Amino acid sequence: MSKTVSVAVNGSRVTVTEGTTALAAILMNGRTFVRRSVMGEPRGALCGMGVCFECRATINGKRHSRSCMILCGQEMDIRTDE
Amino acid sequence: MSNGDRSFDLIVVGAGPAGIAAACSAAESGIHAAIVDNSPGPGGQIWRGESRTQNSREAASWYKRLITSGVDILTATEVFDQREAGKISAESANNLCQLSYKKLIICTGARERFLPFPGWTLPNVIGAGGLQALVKSGLAVSGQKIVIAGSGPLLLAVAAYLTEHGADVRVIGEQAPWSRLARFSFSLVFQGRKVLQSFQLRRQLSGISYRAGCWVVEAEGNGRIESVTLRSGAKTWKEPCDYLACGFHLVPNTELAALLGCERRAGFVRVNNFQESSIAGIYCAGEPAGIGGLELSLVEGQIAGYAAAGQREKAQKYFGERRRLRRFADALQRTFALRNELSTLPGSETIVCRCEDVSFGRLREYSSWRAAKLQTRCGMGPCQGRICGPAVEFLFGWKTEFVRPPIFPVAAEMLAGGTGAERN
Repeated sequence: MSKTVSVAVNGSRVTVTEGTTALAAILMNGRTFVRRSVMGEPRGALCGMGVCFECRATINGKRHSRSCMILCGQEMDIRTDE
Repeated sequence: MSNGDRSFDLIVVGAGPAGIAAACSAAESGIHAAIVDNSPGPGGQIWRGESRTQNSREAASWYKRLITSGVDILTATEVFDQREAGKISAESANNLCQLSYKKLIICTGARERFLPFPGWTLPNVIGAGGLQALVKSGLAVSGQKIVIAGSGPLLLAVAAYLTEHGADVRVIGEQAPWSRLARFSFSLVFQGRKVLQSFQLRRQLSGISYRAGCWVVEAEGNGRIESVTLRSGAKTWKEPCDYLACGFHLVPNTELAALLGCERRAGFVRVNNFQESSIAGIYCAGEPAGIGGLELSLVEGQIAGYAAAGQREKAQKYFGERRRLRRFADALQRTFALRNELSTLPGSETIVCRCEDVSFGRLREYSSWRAAKLQTRCGMGPCQGRICGPAVEFLFGWKTEFVRPPIFPVAAEMLAGGTGAERN
């Protein structure tokens, strides 16, 4: 059995297996988008590998973090545009 | 604020297959080497997460070699500048560090090429490799309806992977025509291992419709993708889906090489027989030196690693294999060349630059990348043109390569030391 970690996505608790990225945790929480573009369009991840910056979220208070590049840590606070 | 400044005989940038092979070969030759990667763990894209899952025996054996070779592994570390020769700047978590090297091997891999079409900015329209990466990092796709489209052998690998994870792959649309794919399959006959892989793929993909000469025209949906319009010959139809996984083969990540001043040719870093770039002591292996896939990356990585460690005879042993694999790489490029119809897909309102929301209609008013950038901010957002650059090269024929530090956005406080600013 894989170990799990518990994170908060926009305040709601999500439990994921160890090795899950913050981006996957966001999408597993039923959210369809991660950020809003400069014109306000909803956007989700595109490249999945840290190049496109579409998955930017605020992680543990750090804004513009690429959520696809960061593994979920215990009690991590993940915030997306709403 | 510079924490953790360190010195090495050799630094390898990028911990995918090429980088791992390079670092192992060099360190086993007795030199003090470090490998740096921006991901949380080594493996690059193709071996992402393999250090945990150990699905690939080949990856597992290379990981073991990497650990026992004594290479310093610096993960979650993004190289963003070189302010003086032989010293690169990198950001990790909340630290800035200066990493000094005598020799450098650039193994920065490739990214997918994305081409704009109406609806491509909808959530759940994602790269083919991008969706695979997401599933490898925890996303469940069981029962999800997925259309895979674009171009390149990656589409098949992704289809097999997603199917294995319970996804309902509806169709794979390959833009290249059958006539070219058939010639490519013929060339596979000369590639023993590749043939085996393609047979395995065929078995895994049985039941999925693979259409050549088929491409996405439009993605539709309200707040997220709900369906995609595909075209094949005279036929156009709508396919309902939860995800569209769409990528048009690969483009090399050459930003670091460009920053360091390595010469490039046709978009790739120019290297000699020992994988050394136009700058003595700076080597390049894997995709930035020419898109060729896993096996070629491993071979080039070993050549670069041995050469950088002064073991030229050992490096030379791989020359023959590299020649054979490069023939395969050349066939790949010819086979998956993009069809012209793809340049007619974006409408005036279609976003091309996703960072700054610049539409196709606005870009069309300009005659060069430089003019478009100045007037519209196209390519000036955080991705620095990595996504829209290859797209506008295809759409308008603009030459977009232009690099300035930092090559990745860095938190402003990190730059308090003056990186970049002093050059402006």
